[in-house]
Amino acid sequence: MLISKRARQFICQARFLFLSCGALLLCHLFSGCIRPEPPADITIINNIEPESLDPAIIVAQADMRVVEGLFDGLTRLDPKDASAIPGLAERWDISSDGTIYTFHLRTNLMWSTGEPLTSADVVYSWIRALDPKTAARYAGQLYYLKNAEEFNTGKITNAALVGVSAPDPFTVRAELKSPTAFFLDLCAFATLAVVPRQTIEKYGDHWLSARPLPVSGAYELAAWRLNDKVRLKKNPYYWDATNTQSEIIDLLPVSSPNTALNLYERGEADIVWDKELIPSELVDVLLQRPDFHSFTYLGTYFFRFNVTRKPFDDPRVRKALAMAVDKQRIVKKITRAGETTTTHLVPGGTQNYTSPEGVGYDPETARKLLAEAGYPDGKGFPRFEYLFNAASGGGKIHENIAIELQQMWRDELGITMVVRQVETQVFWGMQSRLDYSLSKSSWIGDYNDANTFLGMFVTGEGNNETGWGKPEYDSLIRAANVETDLKRREKLFQQAETILVHDEVPIVPLYFYVGINYFDTNRISGIWANLLDHHPLRSIKKTKVTP
Amino acid sequence: MYFIRRILFAIPLLFAISLLAFVLMHLAPGSPFDSERKPASPEIERNLKAKYHYDEPVWKQYMRYLNDLAHGDFGVSLKYRNHTVTDIIAQGLPVSMTLGGLAFCFAMVFGLPAGFLTAARRGGWEDYAGSLLTLLTVCIPSFVIAPALVLIFAIKCHLLPVALWNSPWSMILPTVALGLYFAGKISRLMREGMLGAMQSEFITAARSKGLAENSLLLKHAVRIAILPVVTFSGPMMADLLTGSFIVENIFQIPGIGVFFVNSMSNRDHTMTMGLALLYAILVIGLNLLVDFAYTMLDPRVKYE
Repeated sequence: MLISKRARQFICQARFLFLSCGALLLCHLFSGCIRPEPPADITIINNIEPESLDPAIIVAQADMRVVEGLFDGLTRLDPKDASAIPGLAERWDISSDGTIYTFHLRTNLMWSTGEPLTSADVVYSWIRALDPKTAARYAGQLYYLKNAEEFNTGKITNAALVGVSAPDPFTVRAELKSPTAFFLDLCAFATLAVVPRQTIEKYGDHWLSARPLPVSGAYELAAWRLNDKVRLKKNPYYWDATNTQSEIIDLLPVSSPNTALNLYERGEADIVWDKELIPSELVDVLLQRPDFHSFTYLGTYFFRFNVTRKPFDDPRVRKALAMAVDKQRIVKKITRAGETTTTHLVPGGTQNYTSPEGVGYDPETARKLLAEAGYPDGKGFPRFEYLFNAASGGGKIHENIAIELQQMWRDELGITMVVRQVETQVFWGMQSRLDYSLSKSSWIGDYNDANTFLGMFVTGEGNNETGWGKPEYDSLIRAANVETDLKRREKLFQQAETILVHDEVPIVPLYFYVGINYFDTNRISGIWANLLDHHPLRSIKKTKVTP
Repeated sequence: MYFIRRILFAIPLLFAISLLAFVLMHLAPGSPFDSERKPASPEIERNLKAKYHYDEPVWKQYMRYLNDLAHGDFGVSLKYRNHTVTDIIAQGLPVSMTLGGLAFCFAMVFGLPAGFLTAARRGGWEDYAGSLLTLLTVCIPSFVIAPALVLIFAIKCHLLPVALWNSPWSMILPTVALGLYFAGKISRLMREGMLGAMQSEFITAARSKGLAENSLLLKHAVRIAILPVVTFSGPMMADLLTGSFIVENIFQIPGIGVFFVNSMSNRDHTMTMGLALLYAILVIGLNLLVDFAYTMLDPRVKYE
C-alpha cells in the first residue's frame, strides 16, 4: 500500500515536531530551571514570599525576619528575650530629660563590600524612610524624632530640620519630640535599619538586585528567587561576624501548612517558624510532640465595632455583645493551641505594664444592658454583619470564630448577625473606610511596650478604624508617652485601657496569640521563645549533623 | 495568506483584551495599596498612590500603560515592589512551561493509547475498565490527587520528594498530579474520535477492500480520530504552560501559576495585566498552531 506523499510529509513533520519538543524540554531541564547549589546549613520555612526586602518598605513579619539578617540598626534585639542591645552603636548617652540620644558607633563598621559604614549612613537611612518619595508605610516609627512627622507629611521640606544628625563619623545624635521609653527598641526596628546610599541612588526601586549588594547585617543576599527561596550567606565584614553561627541559610516561602509540615517531616527543612504553618486540624496533636514549641507573644485577636453605625454607637450595646461572648469556647473549640482568653488588649508580659480587667463573660448583665438600650430580648435589634477575610494559607479560623460568635449572640441575646467574608485586599479597604458594622481584627506588637497597642486607638489614628475617639483617652496616652517615671506611666496607660476595654468597649479582645515554631532542639540551637517572636538568624546553628 | 491575516487580527484583539482587563480590574473593589498596617498619616498613602500614578484618572493610567507596553515595559509589580512584571514572568514561566510540557507529554503518552484501546475493544472489559479509569481521573480534582500522591509516594513509601523543585525526581509527582486530568480528557476525546472514524464511509470502503483491521485503525482511522484531540490540545497547552495554582502551591513550585490567582487577590494590577496578555498571546498562538496542524492532518480542511 502506498502512503500518500502528504501523509509521509506529515509523519516527517510530526517526528520533527516531537523531537524538537523533546529537545526544548531537555534544554529547559538543564538550563535555568534546576540549579545545582551547595546545600544550606540551615533551611527555614518562613511563610509567604517577602513583598520586599527593603527595610523602609516592608510591613509583614515574615519579611522582617529576613531583613533582620541583612540590615542592622543602631541597636538589635537579644535573641533570648528580644530586649534592645548594642548593634551598630556600641553605647549611647541619654540626656537627663530623655529627649536627646547620642549614639557612639563602633569604629570597625563596614559594609559587606568592605567600605566603611559611618554615621552619615545612619542619618541617610532614617531620612530616606521619612522622605515622602519613599512612601514608607511604617514611617510613623520615626515620628518620635523632632520634625520627622512634618517632613514626612510635606509640611517642611528641609531634611536638615529633622532631629537626627551626624556631628562626626562615629556619632549619631537623635533629638526626640518628647521622652520615648521604647526608643532604643525602635532603633532595632526594620524601618530604622541602615541601608546603602550609593546603591539605592544608583538603582532606585531595584537596588536589591544590585550585585554586590552592600549590607550592614550579619548576612549577605546570595539569591532571591520569587516563590523559590531567599539564600543568605555569612557577611565576613559584619562587626560581629565571629558570632554568626551558620554560613548559608535558606528561607523558603512556603505558605501551605501541609506542605510545610511534609517538608519538615522529610528533613527538607530544619525550622518552621510561623504559627500559621501548622495544619489547624492537627494543632492539638502536634503540640504534644517535643519538637513543637508554643509560646506566648505580643499578639491579640479581637473584633472592632464601627461606632459610627447605629446601634453600635451606644456603649451599652457594645458591652452587651462583649459580655455575651464565651471566649473559652473559642480557644477550646477553634484555635486549640493553648491560647489564653482575655478581656484586655495589651498582652500579659508586656514590659513595665499590667493591664486592668475589661468586661468579662456575663450573659445575665448582657441581656439587662441590651434591654436598657431599648432591645429587650433582642427585639427590634437590626440584623448586622460581621466582616472578615480568609485566613492566610486557606485556614478557616476567622470564619469559624465568626460562626461561633453568631451562635452565641443568637442564643444569649436573641439577635441576628450575618457573617460576611471578603477578599483580603477588599477587607483592609472596607475596614479603614469604616464600611462595616463589626470586623475581625488582630494586632501584633511592633516593640515591647503597651504603647504599640494602646496608641492605636487615639482619635483619628490610622489604625484606629472604629470611628471611636475620646479626648480623655487621647490625653492619657499623650501624658503616658512623655512620662519618664515608669510607675506613673503605667498608671496612665491603665486608666486609658480601662476606658477602652471596660467603659467604652469599641473593641472586644478575645484571646492572645500563641506563637508556634517547630524544630528539633537536639539538632538546632539558638532559638529562644520570646514575646516578640523574634529569632535573629545570626545565632541559629545546627548542633548535630543529620544521622 | 490566511495565517498572516490571522496574526494581524491578533493585534486589535490583544488591545481589546488589555482594555477589558484594565477596566474590570479597576471596577473590582479593593486597591493594591490597602494593607493591615495603616500608614501613620494619610499623606503617606497619597505619596504611595502618586508614586504609581494612581492619582491620575483611569483613562490616563491606561494610556500610560499602553505607552509603556509599546516600549516593552510591563511595569513594576505593585505587590512585589522590588521586581518588574517582566522579571517575575521570566523567573516563573520557564518553570511552569517545563512542568506544563511534561504534563502535556504525560497526558499524550497515556491518553492517546488508552483512548485507542478502549475504542478498538469497544464493549470489552478493556473498554469498561479504561472508561472507568479515565472518568475517575477527569472527576477527581488535582487538590485531591496531589495530596494523595504525596501521601503514598513521598510520605509512606519515601520514593519521591514531598515538594520543591530541585531535582528531576521532584518533577514526577507534580507532572502526574497535573497531567492525570488531561490524560483522562484526551483518552475520552480519542475514544469518541475513533468510534466516529470507524463508522465513517471511507473506513467501510477500506475495510471492503480487504485491509487488515490493525493497519486500518492505525493508519487511517487514527488520522481522523485525532482531530478532536488536536483541537483540544491548543487551549490545553496554554493552560498547562501557564502553570497551575493548586499544583504549584501544593508542591511549592516557583512557577507562574500562583501569580494568576494571587495577583488578582492582591490587586496587583500591573501583574494581572501582564499575565492576562501573556495568556492571551499563548491562546491565540497555540490556536493558530492547531489550525495549522489541521491543514496537515485532514485533507478536507483548507484555508484560503
